[in-house]
Amino acid sequence: MSAKGEIRIEKVNKAFDATLAVKDVDLVIEAGSYCCMLGPSGCGKTTFLRMIAGHETPTSGRILIGGADVTNIPTGSRGTALMFQNYALFPHLSVQENVAFSLKVAGLGTAERRERAMAMLQRVQLAHLADRVPAQLSGGQQQRVALARALVTNPQVLLLDEPLSALDEFLRLRMRSELKRLQKDLGITFVHVTHTQPEAIALADQVVIMDQGIVEQSGGPRDVYDNPHSPYVARFMGGQNLIFGTVEGSSKSGAAVVDGAGNRFTLSSSDLLKGQKVAFAIRRDGAKLADKPGNAENAIRGEISNIEYQGTFVKVALKTAQKDEFIVYLADGEYFARPRAVGDTICAVWPSTGNHFLAGENNSSGDPSGH
Amino acid sequence: MQPSSRKKPISFYTLAAFFGLFILFLYGPMLSIFILSFQGTHGNMTFPLRAVSTHWFGDLFTSTRYGDLGGAFRRSMAMALAALAVTAVVCFFAGLAFRKRFWGAGPIFYLSIVSLVIPGLLLSFGIGQMFQLAGLRLHWMISGLGAHLSWTLPFGLLIMFAVLNRFDGSWEEAARDAGATPSQVLRFVTLPILFPGLIAVALFGFTLSYDEFPRSQLTLGTRNTLPLEVANMTSSVTTPALYAIGTITTVISLAVIALAFAAIAAVQRRRGKSARPPSHS
Repeated sequence: MSAKGEIRIEKVNKAFDATLAVKDVDLVIEAGSYCCMLGPSGCGKTTFLRMIAGHETPTSGRILIGGADVTNIPTGSRGTALMFQNYALFPHLSVQENVAFSLKVAGLGTAERRERAMAMLQRVQLAHLADRVPAQLSGGQQQRVALARALVTNPQVLLLDEPLSALDEFLRLRMRSELKRLQKDLGITFVHVTHTQPEAIALADQVVIMDQGIVEQSGGPRDVYDNPHSPYVARFMGGQNLIFGTVEGSSKSGAAVVDGAGNRFTLSSSDLLKGQKVAFAIRRDGAKLADKPGNAENAIRGEISNIEYQGTFVKVALKTAQKDEFIVYLADGEYFARPRAVGDTICAVWPSTGNHFLAGENNSSGDPSGH
Repeated sequence: MQPSSRKKPISFYTLAAFFGLFILFLYGPMLSIFILSFQGTHGNMTFPLRAVSTHWFGDLFTSTRYGDLGGAFRRSMAMALAALAVTAVVCFFAGLAFRKRFWGAGPIFYLSIVSLVIPGLLLSFGIGQMFQLAGLRLHWMISGLGAHLSWTLPFGLLIMFAVLNRFDGSWEEAARDAGATPSQVLRFVTLPILFPGLIAVALFGFTLSYDEFPRSQLTLGTRNTLPLEVANMTSSVTTPALYAIGTITTVISLAVIALAFAAIAAVQRRRGKSARPPSHS
C-alpha cells in the first residue's frame, strides 16, 4: 500500500489529434512532497497536471494516487484539487459561497458549509471579505480565495497551475513563501507547474524538468541545478556554461577534450571514447578571469562582450568560439580589484573538477520558438 | 485627448450631420405618431394638433369599428411569450453545444443562419403551401409560431455566441473539480453566470416575434396578430386611433426592454463591478 498522496505515473501518453503532448512518462512524486514541474510553454507540463487532476484522460498508461488507480475516475472524486491559473472563481457567488461550493455539491447543510468555509477563509486571512464577490477583490486576494476553495475539500494532492504568474513581483515572493509554509503545515502533496526556474528551486523538494512532452530530469533542486543531465537542462536551469568538444584521448583517470578553437579541457569521466563528441558544463561562479591560460588546461579565450554589475557579484560575458556565451560571475570585491573593459580579450580559467559531463543529448535552447 | 481649441476637421461635421439625420429618421416618426395620438376629438390624422386629448385611446377600447384589436393583441402577446421561452431555452443549449466542434457543427450552423437571409414573405408563402400540401390547417400558434421561430432562433443563437464569448470554460472545470455532477454544473454555475445574457436572448425572442409582419402574413390562419391587424386598419381606419395603437405598442415594447435591462443591472450589481474573469495576460 502506497502512502496517501503519493502520485505514480506509469507509461503515460497523451495525444491531441496527431501531436503527442506527453510522451511515455514514468514518474513518482512522493507523498507529502512539494513537486515543481518546470519547462517552457508547450512542453506538456500543464497537460500533465490536468491529467493528474482528471480534466484530461491519458491516451495510454496509468495514474495512481495513494496507490489507487485513478486513470478513469472522474475529477472531483480522486482526492485532488486544482487551483486554476486564472483562479476561475465563480463571479456570481460571494467569497464564502465560492469556498463552500464543493461542500454544497456534496450535499452538506448550510450551517456546516458556512462554518467550514469560514474556517478555511480564516486560514488564508480573508474571513473579513467573506461577503464580497470576486470582482471586488485584488489579484492576490482572489488567489487566496482560489486556494481556500481548493483546500476545503481536504485533498490528498493540491495541483497548482502557474499559481504565481498573475501576481506582481512583490506579491509573488510573498505568496511563494506562504505556499511553502502551507504545504509544510498541511503535509499534503503539492504539484506546482511553473516556467520560472528560481520559483522551482526555491520551493521544491522535487523538480521535474520537462521538454517536448518528456521528463528530461527529475530530482532535488540542488541535484538538477548542480548536476544537469543535458545541455537543455543546464541552459534552462541557468547558472551554467556549456562547452562542446571532441574527445582527443581517454584514460582511466579521465579524458582530454579539445574544442573547435583548440582550447583543451580535462573531464574526469573515464568511459569516454576517442573521437566522441561531448558536452559539459561549468558553473558561472566556478570560473575566474586571467590574462593568459597559464599551465592549467581548463581555460577558454574570448572577447568581453558585456559587463553587468549585479550588486553582490559582477557578470562578465565572453564571446568565445563556442555557440553559447561564456559567463563568469565574480564576487564584486574580486572584480573591482582588477576591473576589465568590454572588448578586452582574456581567458576564463577553472579547475578541472569544475567540469560536469552532460550525458543527455537534448540540446534545445528551452525557448519554444527556437526549436 | 486633443485640445478643444483645435479646429475640427471637415469629416467631423460630415459625420455629425449624418448622425443628426440618423437620429431624425429614428425618433422623428415615433415622436410625430406619439404626439398625434393625443389629437383632439375633432382633429384628423395629420398635423396640426387641434387640441390635446386621450379621446382616441378611449375610442380604441370602446368603439367596434376596429375589429378584434383586443384579441389580436392577446394573440401577439401569447405568441411573443412562447417565442421568448422557446428561443431562450433552445438558444441556451444550442450555444453551449456549439462550443464543441461536434461532427456537422459547421453545416448545421449555416443551415440555421440561412433563415435570416431568406425573405420573410417568401418563407411565409412556403409555410402556407407546405401546410396545404400536408393537409394541415394553418393556426397562429402552430404555423405562425413556427414561422416566427425561424426568425428568432438563429438571431438568438448569434446573440448567445456573443454572450458565450465572455464565458470562461474554466468555471465549469472548477465546478467539476469541486465534485459537481453535470446537472449541478449547469444549475449552479453555467446557468446563473449566463443568466444576464440569456435575458437579452429572451428579449430578442419577444420583440422580434411581437412586431413580426412578413412571416405572419400567410401563416396565421383565420386569426390575426397585432401587426397584421394594424396593417389592415391602415386601409379602413382613418382616425388618430391608429396612432394610439402605435403609442400603446411602443410603450409596451419599451416597458419590456426596460424590465429586461433592470433585471440584467440587478444581477450585475450583485456581482460587483464586472462579471468578467480576472485577466492575467
